[in-house]
Amino acid sequence: MLKTYQYPKFGYTPSDEQASGRIRRHQVVVIGAGPIGLTAALDCAYRGLEAVVLDDNDTVSIGSRAVCYAKRPLEVWDRLNCGERMVDKGVGWKLGRVFFRDRESYRFDLLPEPDHKMPAMINLQQYYLEEYMIAEIAKQKTIELRWKHKLISLKQADDHVVLTVETPSGIFTMEADWVIACDGANSDVRKMVNAEFTGRFFQDRFLIVDVVMKAEFPAERWFWFDPPFHRHQSALLHKQADDVWRLDFQLGWDADPVEEKKPEKVIPRVRAMLGDDREFELEWASIYQFACRRIDNFRYGRVLFAGDAAHQVSPFGARGANTGVQDIDNLAWKLKLVVDGVAPIGLLDTYNEERAFAADDNLLNSSRSTDFITPKSPTSRRYRDAVLELAESHDFARPLVNSGRLSTPTPYVHSSLNTPDMAPFHGRMVPGTNCDDAPVTIAGKPGWFLNAIGDGFVVLTFGAAPSREVAFGKVKARVISVGDDLIDVKGTLAARYDARPGTTYLIRPDQHVAARWRSFDPTTIERALARAIAA
Amino acid sequence: MPLETKLNIADPDGFYQELIDSQRDMEEADAELMNCKLVLLLANHIGDRDILREALKHAGGRIG
Repeated sequence: MLKTYQYPKFGYTPSDEQASGRIRRHQVVVIGAGPIGLTAALDCAYRGLEAVVLDDNDTVSIGSRAVCYAKRPLEVWDRLNCGERMVDKGVGWKLGRVFFRDRESYRFDLLPEPDHKMPAMINLQQYYLEEYMIAEIAKQKTIELRWKHKLISLKQADDHVVLTVETPSGIFTMEADWVIACDGANSDVRKMVNAEFTGRFFQDRFLIVDVVMKAEFPAERWFWFDPPFHRHQSALLHKQADDVWRLDFQLGWDADPVEEKKPEKVIPRVRAMLGDDREFELEWASIYQFACRRIDNFRYGRVLFAGDAAHQVSPFGARGANTGVQDIDNLAWKLKLVVDGVAPIGLLDTYNEERAFAADDNLLNSSRSTDFITPKSPTSRRYRDAVLELAESHDFARPLVNSGRLSTPTPYVHSSLNTPDMAPFHGRMVPGTNCDDAPVTIAGKPGWFLNAIGDGFVVLTFGAAPSREVAFGKVKARVISVGDDLIDVKGTLAARYDARPGTTYLIRPDQHVAARWRSFDPTTIERALARAIAA
Repeated sequence: MPLETKLNIADPDGFYQELIDSQRDMEEADAELMNCKLVLLLANHIGDRDILREALKHAGGRIG
């Protein structure tokens, strides 16, 4: 059915350990080769961990599925050497327009701040995203990607996990020091550890359709409430790469999920939206319903959950894949320090602490959008319509319009890894926040701040550095001096970090602020470093 | 400042008539939509979340 994309088939290769029958112990086994599992494998390799990825299928995502990727995940993928390719292929956009019935209610501009390497948001089909990560994985000697490997049972031993896996060659046993479960909303691993997965289930169905068409529509997000072509429901139009457009129709709970997917039902809906004259080809269609729920703990012994396996949100706001990538960003460096025995195992519990906090924030935002888009009572629908009508002429009503609050990172403001400020600071870079990017020059060459950090702890100091390194036990923090190691060409870095001469930041390997001060004091930094690894 | 529950409107009979008159010839659904707009406009004018929450309670709403 797909015309613009040829699905790669990744062959099944029997593993030596299955053929020989000798059980092997692996450092990390990742379950699931979706966007989050692939990111997990790449981040393990980046941190210096060996990873085996198991997937029960043998190709990339069927259909475009996840479409919008936000700045922070793009920064993470850039650290993993895939971000630029995604941005090159993806469609950048910043304007969203909201329509109510036959009128434009209001428009919003993501207003991306200049001087960041990565854009605010791109649209890209999920299969491209996965393909690029698989290409990057092929370059990594420490990642093994195994297709047609289905996990059928999992048992936790004292210091490892026993996995029973089924392949076309039969069933065999593997062992893993650690398992990262990225096997999606219907996670089998979650059931195998008997985790709770609770929240709200929404009684509504949506049709998503990808069509190929040549259209002069701008690359904007168009969202309709109760449009003339699809009365009493919502609809969405969004551009992807290769002249593929994502259409989304709310159908209501009574819609028949099998019937509605058939081309004879889909085509008239698409035609009603695009007009009779528009030529298009159907590329892919799917019906979905959704829930907002999360796992009770992201860590079950030696099994760590990430992505939809840990939290499921509505698609409004692009919070699924985007937050899953940030789970991995948070997890991989912690896992590495624990595996190396240089940080206590308790550091992994802060993965649950920080990412459950972020998941709750996402679930809250996602539930609010859903309540606005799919009102649950005649009165809440009337309030919704009142907001939309007022928004056209009344400034105050515009921020109440909620067609999805687009994903932004949740700062870990209450994290136990943060060292609270002792001196006043302005701006966004409070402890627990992901670092803002800025243009810099390094050895005379233009570059980006985030590309200069991320491989470990960093002490960023504005001005001369009294030492080259700060250490706590075996954990080292490299010192970067602004003005010496890198030049803040436009002053953007100093402005974003509210810096004066002497201002010093301790930055975590996941590019989040751990602590900051107005002067460089090695003892204080050491103490903050200890705290940042839960020592 | 707590929610004002003592009379704060000059010429209360006149105001009440104006309110009823403003919807006199409306269809029920239009009047209900208008009520929603009115609540939103007034809520924004008040702005103070504590007062708004108190008003929700006085009106018989459930506060989480």
